[in-house]
Amino acid sequence: MLIFSVFKTLTDQTVIVELKNDLLITGVLKSVDQFLNIRLDNIQVSDEARHPHMIAVKNCFIRGSVVRYVQIPADAVDTQLLEDATRREALNQTKR
Amino acid sequence: MSSLQGYVDRRVLVILQDGRVIIGMLAGYDQKSNVVLSDSKERVYNTDEPVEEIPLGLYLVKGDQIVLIGELDLEEDESTDLSNIRAEPLPAIRY
Repeated sequence: MLIFSVFKTLTDQTVIVELKNDLLITGVLKSVDQFLNIRLDNIQVSDEARHPHMIAVKNCFIRGSVVRYVQIPADAVDTQLLEDATRREALNQTKR
Repeated sequence: MSSLQGYVDRRVLVILQDGRVIIGMLAGYDQKSNVVLSDSKERVYNTDEPVEEIPLGLYLVKGDQIVLIGELDLEEDESTDLSNIRAEPLPAIRY
């Protein structure tokens, strides 16, 4: 739930999504949902010569379950705040 | 929410977990991202042959097989000459 909230604060940032088929897609994060499905605008596939499959695709919906990494701009997150929040959530879960 | 709402009745490109690429008109979807594609075609990529399009008709794709759904820019898609494109098929998803 926490990570979902983090992603919501990242909308309109440019991110790089690495998929579990090793495809790297750069685009502007438009929205996220509870499954961490991602909507990207203005997308660009890295190594387009090798992967011309998506040249005519400008925006896309990526299924959360196939995402390996999302690279986000470092200045878009307050690392200290995120660290504290994750610890607090972990603590809450052990209490229950 | 990041739903497929804006893609209904648009031509979309769907990438499946095994690397297949299917294009079609998005006729409908549900909350599990199962989708129905009408007038769909599979695009088969090959390194030493041009792209082959295989007509599939009406297709229901299960959400758990989907990697990505992209909206096709029709002008750009029609202006690309598939017979000139040679490429490796997309790799399959590996967990």
